[in-house]
Amino acid sequence: MKMLYKGYLTGPIIGALWALVMAVTLGVAISFATGEAARPALWGALILGVVTGLVRVWRANRWLSLGVAVVVALGVMAMGLGALQFGAGFAPGSRVALSIVLAGMVAIPLNTILRDLPFGTTTRHEFEAAVIRFLTGFGYLFFTAIVIIPFYVMVMTSMKSQQQLMLNPLDFSIDLSKGWHLFDSYYELMTKFHFGRYLWTSFYVSVLTVALTLLFSVPGAYAVARLRFSGRKVFSRGILLIYMVPMIVLALPIYIAYSMVGLRNSVFGIVMIYPVTTIPVALYMLQGYFRGLPVEVEEAGLMDGLSRLKVIWKITLPLALPALASVGLYVFMIAWNEFLLAFMLLDDPSKFTLTRGIASLNSSEIPRQHLMAGAVIATVPIMALFLGLERFMTRGLTAGAVKG
Amino acid sequence: MTDISPPKGRGALAKREARLAWGLLFPTIAIVALVVIVPLLAIFWISVKPVKLGDLRPAEMRLRISLREGDQPQVEYRVINPSREHEIHGAGFDTTLPPGVTLTGDLPKGCALNGQDLRCDFGDLAPGLNTRYRIDAQIAGDDRAIKRAVRDSGVVVRGQVDNMLTNTTFTLENFRKLFSGTEFWSVLGVTLFYTIFGTLGALLVGLFAALLLNKDFRGQGILRGLYLFPYVAPVIAVAFTWITLFDPFSGSANALLVQMGVSQGAINFFGQKPLALIMVTVFEIWRYFPLSFLFILARMQSIDTDMYEAADMDGASPFQKFWYLSMPQLLGILSVLFLLRFIWTFNKFDDIFLLTGGNAGTRTLTVDVYEQAFAVSNIGAGAAVAVVVFGCLLIFAALFFRTMSREEGL
Repeated sequence: MKMLYKGYLTGPIIGALWALVMAVTLGVAISFATGEAARPALWGALILGVVTGLVRVWRANRWLSLGVAVVVALGVMAMGLGALQFGAGFAPGSRVALSIVLAGMVAIPLNTILRDLPFGTTTRHEFEAAVIRFLTGFGYLFFTAIVIIPFYVMVMTSMKSQQQLMLNPLDFSIDLSKGWHLFDSYYELMTKFHFGRYLWTSFYVSVLTVALTLLFSVPGAYAVARLRFSGRKVFSRGILLIYMVPMIVLALPIYIAYSMVGLRNSVFGIVMIYPVTTIPVALYMLQGYFRGLPVEVEEAGLMDGLSRLKVIWKITLPLALPALASVGLYVFMIAWNEFLLAFMLLDDPSKFTLTRGIASLNSSEIPRQHLMAGAVIATVPIMALFLGLERFMTRGLTAGAVKG
Repeated sequence: MTDISPPKGRGALAKREARLAWGLLFPTIAIVALVVIVPLLAIFWISVKPVKLGDLRPAEMRLRISLREGDQPQVEYRVINPSREHEIHGAGFDTTLPPGVTLTGDLPKGCALNGQDLRCDFGDLAPGLNTRYRIDAQIAGDDRAIKRAVRDSGVVVRGQVDNMLTNTTFTLENFRKLFSGTEFWSVLGVTLFYTIFGTLGALLVGLFAALLLNKDFRGQGILRGLYLFPYVAPVIAVAFTWITLFDPFSGSANALLVQMGVSQGAINFFGQKPLALIMVTVFEIWRYFPLSFLFILARMQSIDTDMYEAADMDGASPFQKFWYLSMPQLLGILSVLFLLRFIWTFNKFDDIFLLTGGNAGTRTLTVDVYEQAFAVSNIGAGAAVAVVVFGCLLIFAALFFRTMSREEGL
């Protein structure tokens, strides 16, 4: 490591890595935006990055390094070594423009990343600060890309036709001139595939699940959090243990029992089973929250002559409203996203929940964009809820330990 | 001399409190016991029984009646035992012949005719039995109407099959088959690969993301919300999106790789042997990094900043601060997260089931439960795998609780 504590080594190395990242980013972005080939090239990127990094640490002048980057980018492009190799679809003008954009994307962040890095020997602080700035920039790009791209693909695919998809899978653009016809898949799902009904089923199943879960878990959680009784520790561990039992292990006997009793293919059966899978989680989350509430308030209530149940109703629950909201949201999310039980227990298309409905779209006879439109329909409500109530949701997730 | 000492045992108040506690817990315990404990016991029970998927609907004797015309009209009674494995005990039927039909021929053994009522008792029917009994008859009236009347004549069928779930036949065959094949060990290997790398990957990526967002800047909240998307979205939606994205024919990822010259032809990401397993592991990391990120970030934000100021005074470098100050503080949450995520990844079913269906070398233990029970239709074998899964879970849980009590909560 010590060998690297030289500005003239660190600068070019970080520069080269950054240029590579940028070349790949821009290449992917251009390919997706235009559907044309723009291929990042290793050597071109390395040359561009090394030179820019070196200039930056040599003369700490941001305009100089930007200028040099542009000159180098255009130079290597002219030699055919450019960091981006363009396909035949690009006019010379756009090639030059894109090369200049790339130079800017390399030089401007590098100016920040290599800030305060001397040309000669650097201290450990300066070196590590530069590395951290590089990793930070890379990290933001990386995470944003891996999250955005799949969700964008979901939306984009749902708005295309089968031919467009097969013709050029690289084309990420959405043809806005089609107007309302972009939503043809959605229209068809709603009219021909009964997705309106599935939405409604999913919605009321989830709401009922939340209500039943809270009804059962609030008293239980209070008892575990506040009351002293022998077996309390065993009980609270038991909850956690149940919370770890794999669903598939339970699903098999439940399937058998439901087949025999005739509860398969009934929404009632689903509403019976969902809360049980969420009660342990809710109990665990709520008891953690109840413990955090001040005991003194409750004791004051007891002294003033309230019974325990009254204390729960009049003091604890109003204080715990935010926690109830978090837990309710979290349970709603679990119920809304639940797939396995719905898949195993529902066969009758008139009783499908949304996730089960999407699973039924996964066949070779139904076009891909319908499947993706179904995915969007299932994702949008939960995302809207999540973004609107992000504060509650985040707390619900962190309180709920780590449910898969 | 009175003995002055604190009262021993539990007082009336304590007893009342305990009673109330159990009262509050009772509904929860009852319902959880019904839907968790009973199925768990059922799994153990089924795992030692030779139960097939078809046995869930017990076989019934089938009877088809038809009229054969010709020189000598005959009424045909076709008796079928649809089960290939089980006898039907006490099988027989009652039927009434329609008017206009008179049986004249010899009756089969066990049958008795009383006016127009025919009653037959066959005793036990062998598995797969399919016998026709033809009895000479005289008919009077319109042929077609009588034919229909005979076909539709009312029948009451008797006979029952041992219920495979409740009888007392036990076998260790399910487990013997499970452990003797090489398949089980490869499934176990796949499960371990998926679980270990999935968990570690999600933890490391989550740590990286948490480090990125552990500072105040505009848009931090938006980014935090954004990075949680993969976890919040329904698994079925994101799994199918990945399949679309990595489709060998119309997938964007393949097109991109070909364009960039990384690969020559289309890669079948979810259909090739080692690659499919890597892809489902990557999916697992992608989907669950938000969770570790959220927990680690919450812990990071609760670390006292004084410590870092002191370290700054002492001239610690950024990496030193991370390694010597942050890491020890995060170790607790990291170990708890690791164990919990390990257990949950081990239990994961939906993701792999949706992505590959357990094909191309991605069959984990949980997928195997489903495959054995429903694809191979052998419920007993599926239950045996489920018992193995549950056994592993108990071991992990014991480990978890030991760590947990050391770390005292999250």
